[in-house]
Amino acid sequence: MSELLDPAVAERVLARALANGGRFAEVFAERRHGLSMSIDESRIEAVQSGAEQGAGVRVVEGGTTYFAHVDGLDPADLERAADEAAAALKGERSEPRGLTAVASTPLPIEQRPEDVPAERKAALLRELDERARGAGAEISQFTSSYAEARREVAVANSEGLLSGDDRTRTRIGAQAVARRGDTVETGAETLGAHRGFELLEDDPGLIAEQAAGKALTLLDAGPAPSGSMPVVVGGGFGGVLFHEMTGHGLEADHIHKQASVYVGRLGRQVAQPLLNAYDDGRLPNEWGSDAIDDEGTPTQKTQVIEDGRLVAYLYDHLSAERDGVASTGNGRRESFRHLPLPRMTNTYIAPGDATPEGMIAEVENGFYAVSFAGGQVEPATGDFVFGVSEGYLIEGGKVTRPCRGATLIGNCLEALMAIDAVGDDFFMKTGICGKGGQRVPVGTGQGHVRVGAMTVGGTEL
Amino acid sequence: MTELSATAGRAVEAALAAGAGAAEAYVSHEGGREIRVHGGEVESLTAAAQSGVGVRAWIGGRVGYAYGTDLSASGVAAIAARAAEAAAVADEDEFAAPAEPTTIEALPGLSDPSVGSWGTAEAAELALTVERTALAHDARVAGVEQVVYADSSDRVAISSSAGVAGEYEASSCFAYLQAMAEGEGARETGLGFGLARGPAGLDPEAIGAEGAERAVAMIGAAKPASRSCPVVLDPTVAASFAGLIGGALGAAAVQRGRSPFADRLDEELAAEALVLHDDGRDPAGAASAPFDAEGVPRRRTALIEGGRLRAYLYDTYSANRGGAASTGNASRQGYRSQPVVAASNLVVGTGTETLAELLARAGEGIFVTDVAGLHSGVNPVTGVFSVGASGRMIRAGEPAEPVREFTIAGDLLSLLRSVEAAGAESRWVPFGGSVRTPPLLVGALAVSGS
Repeated sequence: MSELLDPAVAERVLARALANGGRFAEVFAERRHGLSMSIDESRIEAVQSGAEQGAGVRVVEGGTTYFAHVDGLDPADLERAADEAAAALKGERSEPRGLTAVASTPLPIEQRPEDVPAERKAALLRELDERARGAGAEISQFTSSYAEARREVAVANSEGLLSGDDRTRTRIGAQAVARRGDTVETGAETLGAHRGFELLEDDPGLIAEQAAGKALTLLDAGPAPSGSMPVVVGGGFGGVLFHEMTGHGLEADHIHKQASVYVGRLGRQVAQPLLNAYDDGRLPNEWGSDAIDDEGTPTQKTQVIEDGRLVAYLYDHLSAERDGVASTGNGRRESFRHLPLPRMTNTYIAPGDATPEGMIAEVENGFYAVSFAGGQVEPATGDFVFGVSEGYLIEGGKVTRPCRGATLIGNCLEALMAIDAVGDDFFMKTGICGKGGQRVPVGTGQGHVRVGAMTVGGTEL
Repeated sequence: MTELSATAGRAVEAALAAGAGAAEAYVSHEGGREIRVHGGEVESLTAAAQSGVGVRAWIGGRVGYAYGTDLSASGVAAIAARAAEAAAVADEDEFAAPAEPTTIEALPGLSDPSVGSWGTAEAAELALTVERTALAHDARVAGVEQVVYADSSDRVAISSSAGVAGEYEASSCFAYLQAMAEGEGARETGLGFGLARGPAGLDPEAIGAEGAERAVAMIGAAKPASRSCPVVLDPTVAASFAGLIGGALGAAAVQRGRSPFADRLDEELAAEALVLHDDGRDPAGAASAPFDAEGVPRRRTALIEGGRLRAYLYDTYSANRGGAASTGNASRQGYRSQPVVAASNLVVGTGTETLAELLARAGEGIFVTDVAGLHSGVNPVTGVFSVGASGRMIRAGEPAEPVREFTIAGDLLSLLRSVEAAGAESRWVPFGGSVRTPPLLVGALAVSGS
């Protein structure tokens, strides 16, 4: 941390940032490097190594944020950013407080990926390739990717805060294509964490078999049904449902702009009493976890739904200041080139007491969405969609045939209230969340969850 | 030689010195600003400058890539060395090679001086005008979530050991807003946008009015009944589908059996009404440039014409592999990404009918004005799609009540066959890449609602 942002330099930069006034100034310094590669047609390719460093300086005055970012971390670079951020202000100089370093404890990394020879990473991808192709003769294509990224960050602000973090994330992904005659289907799986290469010690090849298995299963798929019906959503990445349906609408910037269906609903019942949900940036080594957020606030566990009642919004520094509350440690940014926004970390529905088998058995005719390709919401209207990557019909309380090409669509408030069963089989998965042009890693999680009625958009009318 | 080209040349030499048999360097400098406006005030003002280099190194048929922001002599040397190291990890691929140098013709019209001459206050006023126009446009407009204005001026240089050398400058500019309308107990949103080479080319009143009109038009929207019916796709929606089709026509996906268009060259697979070109030289197109991401001249390529699939899009690698010539479609998103084959600007051919005439021809159907969830609702390998949609019913050939919360589903090949007409007026849309398209009348699509 001290190496990235020398306290004396930071104080000087903050003073320059406030040279033309401003009630708040901040400097965010970052050094990032990463390595990625993939295997395609059983050949290692797209080996790519990147290294960037730079800083962003913001000054806040009234309702306006002035922001400038530069490449490079020399004192002269930081000062240039400060001068540019301050250039559009016309007020009297204000004085930053002296800095007090706050120690943070970065998440433990056992085996630094950069210390592992690249050949071993390539060998890992070859193993995944063999495992996927061994899963069935109908696997016609397989691609897999490996990515490691380290972000060292330091942040200092005019309120005297100085903190830092050192984050390493590792992730592998697998995509299989299965072919039988003219029928082509795909399956995908990922494994990722805020961890080092130790993530891949157990059995990373499993995701290759899982991806291949999904593609093979779908070869027998029929068209997806259309219309409103009960939907049972699978665990793990099924949590993307809550992420889109509720999480985004709780981010305080949407609330302040009246651009969320959750405006004015704090303290009100928005779900059945069986529902409890959290945003937790401190889950050990989870994909969306960090020691501090990108404004230096320690991450925390925030309960957002308690027994079906909405109990909290998610705040960054500025939105918290506006509501006179403390930041919930959700101020995140993609890089030093971006302004922080209120963002989710790891968001999940806490385990309930239903079993997956039990909640499926109660459905006469419905849809079982095991995994998703992703989702999207318009927080202002609450309209959402989710692309289902693996789905099945439920007929007479039993899972019957696989379906291809389904999307779930609905409105947040109705769908959240319609969750009538929460499973006890909780686990987390990784996602990449986009908002305002910025992508950040997020965790999503839940056990199986049943939504009483939701529109399934297939082709079978 | 400019500093940018000199840096690119140094990076190539450094990669060769580090053991590469061939090398290519791409250097860019971007300067830009972004202004966000809300509630009559500037919410944020960003001044952005970034420079970087991306180096591709070949050792025989093995290729590696590295990028970084340190453009000092030692920094560039370190990046080049990492590219050579990366190449050593890759497997041999007989088709991997740098692009051959060809004559690059200049492409005027990519830079608009108003990007540089407009002050920040002037640009902020443009964004504020967008917001004011939307708010004043209709009493039911309850607010504007945000107006975003951004512009940038970019310089790009490329150099390779094969003799490729080129440099160009381009500016770009856009503004958009998300307007919110209220009525019948619900809140609706509407997007308005404009694209140009500089702020002087934007019409803030038109952008604000479009957002307001789209939001207000959705008031009272209900879920339609499930059905199969004719659908008219608004240009913003047609652009998304054109982007999906253009993506699937990239030779890399085709050669690897991951495209619904694989093995279909010259096949009659589309309706006559659907004409699609890739055009990397129209100065109005955001992706236009004198040369592509590996220094091959941009050009215009007919993709679908006369109902037939005419061509795939190639970069140097896929051209070597397919025994074809590069179509100048190597693409990258800045120095951080190695070149991949992708469409430049997609241009959908126009027909002769107005939007009103297309709606009249549809008779009973749905006018789709927005789609959501394309990144998760479309399988690019199979072409099967199911995406969220909203718009208006078409009754007796006229736009009628608004509808939302339904999906349209099908597959790209069926969609191509069922395009019955293209509208006479087209516009540039920043969805699906960079696309110029008219509205399209599709004979039948599966609609899932209540």
